[in-house]
Amino acid sequence: MRFVDEYRDPDLARALSAKISTLAEPGRHYKLMEVCGGHTHAIYRFGVHDFLPETVELVHGPGCPVCVIPMGRVDDGMAIAERNPDVILTCFGDMMRVPGSNGSFLDGNARGADIRMVYSPLDALRIARQNPDRQVIFYAIGFETTAPSTALTLVRAKREGITNFSVFCNHVTIIPAIKAILDSPDLRLDAFVGPGHVSTVIGCRPYEFIPRDHGKPLVCAGFEPLDVLQAIEMIMRQLADGRAEVENQYARIVPWDGNRQALATMADVFELRPYFEWRGLGFISHSALKLSQRYADFDTELRYDVPGVRVADPKSCQCGEVLKGVLKPWECKVFGTACTPETPIGTCMVSSEGACAAYYNYGRYAKKRLPLHV
Amino acid sequence: MPKQFTEAEVIERIEDMRRRRPRFTDTQITMSHGSGGKASRQLVEGLIVPLLDNPALACLGDAARVQVEGATLALTTDSFVVHPLAFPGGSIGELAVNGTVNDLAAAGARPISLAAALILEEGLDAEVLRGELEAMAAAAQQAGVPVVTGDTKVVERGKADGLYITTTGVGLVASDVALAPELVQPGDKVLVSGTVGEHGMAIMLARGQVDLDADIRSDTAPLWPLAEALLATCGADLHCMRDATRGGVATVLNEIVLTCQLGAVVIEDKVPLRPEVVGACELLGIDPLYVANEGKLVAFVAPDRADEALEALRAHPTGAAAAIIGEVAEEPAGRVLGRTGFGGHRMIDMLVGDPLPRIC
Repeated sequence: MRFVDEYRDPDLARALSAKISTLAEPGRHYKLMEVCGGHTHAIYRFGVHDFLPETVELVHGPGCPVCVIPMGRVDDGMAIAERNPDVILTCFGDMMRVPGSNGSFLDGNARGADIRMVYSPLDALRIARQNPDRQVIFYAIGFETTAPSTALTLVRAKREGITNFSVFCNHVTIIPAIKAILDSPDLRLDAFVGPGHVSTVIGCRPYEFIPRDHGKPLVCAGFEPLDVLQAIEMIMRQLADGRAEVENQYARIVPWDGNRQALATMADVFELRPYFEWRGLGFISHSALKLSQRYADFDTELRYDVPGVRVADPKSCQCGEVLKGVLKPWECKVFGTACTPETPIGTCMVSSEGACAAYYNYGRYAKKRLPLHV
Repeated sequence: MPKQFTEAEVIERIEDMRRRRPRFTDTQITMSHGSGGKASRQLVEGLIVPLLDNPALACLGDAARVQVEGATLALTTDSFVVHPLAFPGGSIGELAVNGTVNDLAAAGARPISLAAALILEEGLDAEVLRGELEAMAAAAQQAGVPVVTGDTKVVERGKADGLYITTTGVGLVASDVALAPELVQPGDKVLVSGTVGEHGMAIMLARGQVDLDADIRSDTAPLWPLAEALLATCGADLHCMRDATRGGVATVLNEIVLTCQLGAVVIEDKVPLRPEVVGACELLGIDPLYVANEGKLVAFVAPDRADEALEALRAHPTGAAAAIIGEVAEEPAGRVLGRTGFGGHRMIDMLVGDPLPRIC
């Protein structure tokens, strides 16, 4: 397929792999964090590990929208859907399986709630138009990647005067999460593979504090396997040169200054919350969005009573350590035994972008080449 | 501080768990139990099989084999609850005939006759019903298998999606046919009889839940001619066949390797795919290896007969796009690996949950 196959070329991959090996200083161990779950998924899905020398270790970061949703917010969504029979709760597919303290949305459906999977917030708005006698709620999750589409949907809902639609906003922002990682005492990172889709919206400038204040390179990368490899090559070159800069591997999509129109729409529709709970990372100030005063009529949290109770993660769950990159997925006590994709305890095991699910589904084999004669 | 295991130990511990008979511990049925993936396996192997326990059932093939006075009969049944009833490339009536014919074919059985049970919802348009019965008749005629008995029930409005069909089929297994996952050998080639992923994607697009226009048609087709050709060409060198329906090719491969405790390696860029399916799957983030087919065989053939087997498949119009997509190896036991087009490796595990709504 055009515009896809070009970014999956095995010959180019081998060439980049060789360059990365050359750039790696003998005896030095490199820890690079890919911030974004999309990268984690691509790395495992395409076997990018097979192209890296053993001394270059990829640490999976917190940029998985589903993974950072705390249990209490799942319970809130479930409570609204179960207490109000006229409600149709809509959410992205991955969200359906995230466990709350009272089961997942899938379990909610089995108990009689009406929770539907949508591919876009616009689909939720369409459901609202088609069901004027029902209240349709979009359970919004995601970073700056998905926030603009939620914002545009709200703009449209307001313009069309649709009153049976609201948004339960869980949008979060990436920079505070990266700051939390950098401030975490138990992690030594050499550099970051920067988010791709988030950066199409916010641009590259917001990352400039990372090389400036922390002396670590960041390279914004695309999501095809060659993008990731090339970004790693650019990082290794910076480290070899003793440089620390923000570079943009994904310039074909990511403008340095971001998407001003998307940022303006977001600024109109959302405002920063004073603080928000992140799964595993705890409360982070100014790290999440809620609907602005202008869109308060569409705010589910103002329309409905939500329990709003903070629910502690199960004791055995070490998602927080995995999200911060302190633990590798398989180092978690319950990984693969009590916690599997079909019976997830923690969020990292739910979404295909979650480090644990990506590792479990794609990476769980002894890394040795097999003889192939096909 | 608990003992810290190495990565290899953790992987091995997970494989031990996977090898155990799945347990059914859920408190209620969710849609995942119908997906053909892990939850379905827990339901079938953890609840249904233990309660109805007998040797023929325990094989869990596409069809059960029953000995009757020297003859081996194959018996299978399948329910069809697809929504919408009609979709590009087919409809529930055609699917109901082909689906059961194919379960027999994959078991190496010549389909003899079918029974059909119809569950009709109050208010179903008679013309829709007539159309589906005509589709069943046409499919039965094409497959050369008559529908010889049946049943009808009507349920109240709202209790069914218009029309559900259950078909049951009887087939005859020739005395020299031996097909089973246990017969699969290291070195066997894995063949697939054509392009994969069309049925599931056709249904998904037909439901209109995603705003995507693509010309993808269901691949529903009877598979006995292909199965017969493989049996005739390969004889005992054909070790196992499966009909890659729910859960797709990936699920079939996992079921086989879990049973025979060998490994399978799939060369991903050898998997035949129509460009429309590749495009739709890319956009929706779905792996076509997990998408349902309604007219695709997966066959395990001894390596020195694989090329002949491929020719036999390609000689038939339904098998024109057949391909060798991988091979069986000793390692990694019980697992399926993919070599990606990019040149890396990944696991191809069983499906968890269901990316797709009711598809058959």
